[in-house]
Amino acid sequence: MQIDAREVICGGVFVVVAALFAYGTIDLPMGTAIRMGPGYFPLMLAIILGALGLLIVVKGLGRATSPIGSVPWRGVVFILLGPILFGLTVRGLGIVPAIALVALIAALASAKAGWRTIVLLPIALTAFCVIVFSYGLGLPYAMFGPWVAPLLPGV
Amino acid sequence: MELLSNLALGFGASLEPVNLLYCFIGVLLGTLIGVLPGIGPTATIAMLLPITFGLKPETSLIMLAGIYYGAQYGGSTTAILINLPGESSSAVTAIDGYQMARKGKAGPALAIAALGSFFAGTVATVLVAVFATPLTELALQFGPAEYFSLIFLGLVSSVALAHGSILKALAMIVLGLLFGLVGSDVTSGAQRFTMGIPEISDKLEFVAVAIGVFGLAEILKNLENESDREVVATKISRLLPNREEFREMVGPVLRGTALGSILGILPGGGAILSSFAAYTVEKKISKTPWEFGKGAIAGVAAPESANNAGAQTSFIPMLTLGIPANAVMALMVGAMIIQGIQPGPNVAIEQPELFWGVITSMWIGNLMLVLLNLPLIGLWVKLLTIPYTVLFPAILVFCSIGVFSVNSNVFDLYTVAFFGLLGYFLVKLGCEPAPLLLGFVLGPMIEENLRRAMTISRGDWTVFFTRPLSAGLLIAAALVLAVVFLPSVKAKREEVFQEEG
Repeated sequence: MQIDAREVICGGVFVVVAALFAYGTIDLPMGTAIRMGPGYFPLMLAIILGALGLLIVVKGLGRATSPIGSVPWRGVVFILLGPILFGLTVRGLGIVPAIALVALIAALASAKAGWRTIVLLPIALTAFCVIVFSYGLGLPYAMFGPWVAPLLPGV
Repeated sequence: MELLSNLALGFGASLEPVNLLYCFIGVLLGTLIGVLPGIGPTATIAMLLPITFGLKPETSLIMLAGIYYGAQYGGSTTAILINLPGESSSAVTAIDGYQMARKGKAGPALAIAALGSFFAGTVATVLVAVFATPLTELALQFGPAEYFSLIFLGLVSSVALAHGSILKALAMIVLGLLFGLVGSDVTSGAQRFTMGIPEISDKLEFVAVAIGVFGLAEILKNLENESDREVVATKISRLLPNREEFREMVGPVLRGTALGSILGILPGGGAILSSFAAYTVEKKISKTPWEFGKGAIAGVAAPESANNAGAQTSFIPMLTLGIPANAVMALMVGAMIIQGIQPGPNVAIEQPELFWGVITSMWIGNLMLVLLNLPLIGLWVKLLTIPYTVLFPAILVFCSIGVFSVNSNVFDLYTVAFFGLLGYFLVKLGCEPAPLLLGFVLGPMIEENLRRAMTISRGDWTVFFTRPLSAGLLIAAALVLAVVFLPSVKAKREEVFQEEG
């Protein structure tokens, strides 16, 4: 029998997520229809989501598989690292190093970026962002945080 | 005459220098992202939400609205000149617009698109103004049951008009509703699905979710096939259409405007659907259908008018009822909430200056676009030479700073990464992200109205069918669902969205 892997995975993901949400309502009071507790509506939704997921799985059985296409793994890893690294460093290092770091990571995400992009782009972007966000819009964040400020006398 | 005094009040607000300035910035940015493929209005508005924080409410809404309809203009410019639609709503314009350009009629094609859009924008602004008051009055009679049914209708029809599988779109909405409930329950204060993480004990940050599923997921999608764009700019000799071309565009512009206005109001509608529908209609009723695809004027005029009309009338349900009809409107609702305004019929009554100011600013913005775009075409084309390798790191940096600036909360950045990953893989599995965001915004709203309605009716589920307005809305929702699942409609629907893909 043919199986449309994309549909089956897709439906399966919905079923799993629905189960997780349903599990999350276990400790919540259900209440009654007159006075619905915090668990009532989410459990209803989780059941509907599970049912929809199952339907999607069933529809995927006995069908030729749909193309999923390639996944740019390098891009996925680097792009998702960007905001995470920014979050980890923005308080400690300050926004200037954090921005430069995100720009560098993002430049590395592209398979096509040459060394000029990788070196110059973070510098240009950081300068631009500091001018726009710190001076222009006046966002109240330290340019250099407590991790590096002592090393930079005069900043 | 109330309409005139309302409009006067609105122009008073929208003509204030600071509002004019931000309206200009909005349409300029809108055109810019409309021109650049790979970044759409939804992602841009999501990125800019945090920046509008410090502005006055009407100023920020005026700017965000400008981005949305400005993007329709920008998208058509590149569609016509280099056969590269910057926005999906101008994909059909590329078919005939590019052919006109190849025949040396690039100038008239651009002018037809701009003039058609301006006419449609003017009509749509008037429509928004005319419908605003009666709809607001109707909405004030709504109880929780009606609101529940209305939101239900909105969610159902957004599925019907979205592209891709109906089942998947429904699942995405339910998933969005569930994510919308994460945090503390408004009624009981209980913590739901927070897994003990204190940063989401209130709720998931809307801006972070929106940037994740639209901004990040869009970058990842574009990284799949990185290729350099080749830009061969066409020379533009004359700009204005001659008398004959002008006569040919009148009918399509009128029909496109009418169709776009209607489709824009429908939940899930808006610019994309309008332009496709208008093109199909013109091809059907044309006396010379063989000209389509070879540079037919109607093939440019109708979809361009329709997408602009649709972009603007989709503000009607958002402004009057507080119910977003598409993902961009969901972001506008988010912008209002950030500003401390509860979207809904009360906005028009309590803040008439904001309400009418936003409506009138649309007309001013459209005028700016016509004056701005035609002379600046050369500049827009030049922008296309910016390679994507430079563009997306900038987008990622702006996203990071933007999300952080909302609450100065580091955890929101991890939320962005999580929803970026989730959004991207759901896209890979054939699920559109727009319904998820719509569900996310509407989740708490629909739950609260359901609970209130059930408490008032003493636990009687039939309340949704015994109150006439509510019953009417639910019947409409049932009809919509029945229609999309009809075999003949289903086949036709798939065909329409196939062309779009």
